[in-house]
Amino acid sequence: MGNEAIALGAIAAGVGVVTGYPGTPSSEILLTVSKRNPGGIHVEWSVNEKVALEVAAGASYAGARTMVTMKQVGLNVAADPLLSLAYIGVKGGMVIVVADDPGPISSQTEQDTRTFALFAKLPVFDPASPEEAYAMMADAFDLSERYGTPVIFRPTTRVCHGNAPVAISETLRPRAPASFVKDPKWVIFPRLSYENHIRIEQQLPVIGEEFSSYPRNSLSGEGTLAIATHGISSAYIAEALAALGDAVPAHKLLRVATPHPFPKRLAREFLEGVERVLVVEELDPVIERELQRLAGEQHLPVDVLGKGSGHIQVAGENTVDSVTRALAGFFGLPVAPAAHCAAAPEGAAEPPVRPPVLCAGCPHRASFLAVKRAMRKRKSVFCGDIGCYTLGNAKPLDMVDTCLCMGAGITVAQGLQVVEPDAVHFAFIGDSTFFHTGIPGVINAVYNQTNIVVVVLDNSTTAMTGCQPHPGTGDTMMGEIADKIDIATVLQAVGVKHVETCDPLQLEAAQAAVLRAADAAADGVAALIFKAPCIHVAPPGVTYTVDAEKCKCKICFNQLGCPAIMSVDGKASIDPALCYGCDICLQMCPFDAISTVTAETTGEVQP
Amino acid sequence: MSLKRNIMIAGVGGQGTVLASKLVARAAMDAGLAVRTSETIGMAQRGGSVVSHVRVSDSAIASPVLTPGSADTLIGFEPGEAVRCLRYLRPGGCIVSNAQTVAPASAALTRTEYSGEAMLGRLRDCGARLVVVDGDALCAEIGSLKALNVVLLGAAAAAGALDFTLEQLEAAIRATVRPKFVDLNIRALHAGARA
Ligand SMILES: Cc1ncc(C[n+]2csc(CCOP(=O)(O)OP(=O)(O)O)c2C)c(N)n1
Ligand code: SF4
Ligand code: SF4
Repeated sequence: MGNEAIALGAIAAGVGVVTGYPGTPSSEILLTVSKRNPGGIHVEWSVNEKVALEVAAGASYAGARTMVTMKQVGLNVAADPLLSLAYIGVKGGMVIVVADDPGPISSQTEQDTRTFALFAKLPVFDPASPEEAYAMMADAFDLSERYGTPVIFRPTTRVCHGNAPVAISETLRPRAPASFVKDPKWVIFPRLSYENHIRIEQQLPVIGEEFSSYPRNSLSGEGTLAIATHGISSAYIAEALAALGDAVPAHKLLRVATPHPFPKRLAREFLEGVERVLVVEELDPVIERELQRLAGEQHLPVDVLGKGSGHIQVAGENTVDSVTRALAGFFGLPVAPAAHCAAAPEGAAEPPVRPPVLCAGCPHRASFLAVKRAMRKRKSVFCGDIGCYTLGNAKPLDMVDTCLCMGAGITVAQGLQVVEPDAVHFAFIGDSTFFHTGIPGVINAVYNQTNIVVVVLDNSTTAMTGCQPHPGTGDTMMGEIADKIDIATVLQAVGVKHVETCDPLQLEAAQAAVLRAADAAADGVAALIFKAPCIHVAPPGVTYTVDAEKCKCKICFNQLGCPAIMSVDGKASIDPALCYGCDICLQMCPFDAISTVTAETTGEVQP
Repeated sequence: MSLKRNIMIAGVGGQGTVLASKLVARAAMDAGLAVRTSETIGMAQRGGSVVSHVRVSDSAIASPVLTPGSADTLIGFEPGEAVRCLRYLRPGGCIVSNAQTVAPASAALTRTEYSGEAMLGRLRDCGARLVVVDGDALCAEIGSLKALNVVLLGAAAAAGALDFTLEQLEAAIRATVRPKFVDLNIRALHAGARA
């Protein structure tokens, strides 16, 4: 996997400290470093991306090579240290891996980290394949150290989650032991920033010049027509050109592996004698704008086409198909749509939609149900946050009215409450999100006397991104057991007067706890911690079954949305292969139609 | 003769499509072939559709993802999921599909009946060769519900839709799966191949 290649590339380059916060499609990088740790690499899931970047900055000041991993929106959280660190610089090489997600396949935005790098004035590497990602890692560390600057490394989902054989070098680069040398250069002050700003502006063109000779930026072909591209789109272009075949006219091809600072000399050579260029990019038109600027500067008579001209889609990911059509249009060639097997007669049955849902037995389902039932008669608003529990928005639960970005549930609830004080405002937040960016919001609500209910959905893991540990779980990536940080104690310490912990899988007791919290919120922040583990970190319980004779109302089917419960011949029915034995449907059933069966033992096959 | 095979593996999160693609990739690497695969990762645990793209070739491969009409083999862990991917299958390609459906998790919402028979009908009439595997029965026979992935792989190999022999796949299993599950998987492979 591309992410494993990145991790192994960093290990081979002698990385000493690796920090990060999970996020698809980046999460497997840090996990791989921890699994393949040759010993001596400090690996940690930090509480958030800002913290991760700052921990790594300290280690780099002392001379260690460091890597920080996150998904693209994580860089927004780390923006403050990032922009300042660009001015201060590093001693040990620092590579910040930020995975972008065209589509988006599993992200809130389609932001482009290349644009972020431009803004932060940092060099950026943009690998096109797992093999290249592996090899480029060493180049990124070298460059970082030679210029004393953090470097951004930004693969996209198809590189992160693509697999290919990669030859791995067995030799690790030895690193001299690091130590911090005191120097005024580590203390940011306006005067120093002014001087460093000048240094950065002078240094960037030098790096750009070096990039013009970097072999992974490649220029090939001849002609008055040209294509420029980057990343995974270069693979799509290779396929598209092969598909279009011999009819493709002579053309030049530029692949940009380091979009910032732009390899201007190479690009000038590329534009020489060219009349029309098609720029095939995903996310922002970064190369397109650079080429337009260059054409303007050099007064070159060339049309630069791409997203701006409508030749390339502005949003979503490119595909071989979309690129083939774009190239055919550009070259004036016909494209025959590929023959396939999907044709079906009018009215043929279609496969069912499968939106992601909370797992069977997910404790979040029980928590939402308890709040929903308890608040049936009271005006309430449910602010959600980011994690598996965002899926609580789906019907029949329908319990997420807002969702913005990590940590924003608690703060958005405050804003809503200020405007509409007669409603009860709930903020649902996962345990990992609580530690990530939830705590400042709670402090803000307490201090500013906002009456909201904070519901912490503590499932003892960071489930959405594959069950990483966090400060509440008590295990670290170094294989050590740490003292757990207790969420209730944190809430009490910041002044929340009503803090109650309960098991959401005890429906009646949970409903009563919700009502107590809602009442307490008339007089300041009230907190309710629903504590029950994610099914992926707890063993399954016994399986449940429905007695069809007794089943009359199907309220479990209609109100719970548990994927194990189906409707068969007008009665609820439980699929034993899916049921996790959470017991909630049994507690809901007014007719005692649900009971337990002894679990069948089934073997495991997964490695 | 040149060897190029594009395989699409379609299923529902939790059915083990990723292991199937890993095993094919391992067999390809051991045979000295080029291979690229690409997975959907993220929503897999939560009942969504998942697809693996596997490309095997005796020459270099550029893209890790398949284009419409380019798959030679479509392995459906679930018939509806195979239908969803028919756009990728070339006319005359081969489908190896499990017979049993997985009801959509959102059944409570859609309220429409979902018929596996209708899906298998579409697979039958789409212009490809179809091999239907009774996954439930074979898994019951070898005693593990989770062996479906390797059962289907065995069936695909026996149908000549993979370019690898059972011996090659056995070696891939030994190299990939944890030791205590090797035997079970090898039995699953052969059960699928006999079906
Ligand atoms: C700034 C930022 N970093 C990372 C992510 C990726 N991400 C989405 S949800 C999530 C974790 C949620 O964990 P938790 O709050 O414990 O909820 P759970 O999924 O366990 O229900 C992460 C890391 C993100 N969306 N935004
Ligand atoms: S006990 Fe009921 S609600 Fe819980 S997982 Fe099983 S079927 Fe679903
Ligand atoms: S992975 Fe865990 S937290 Fe996420 S939906 Fe499933 S049970 Fe719930």
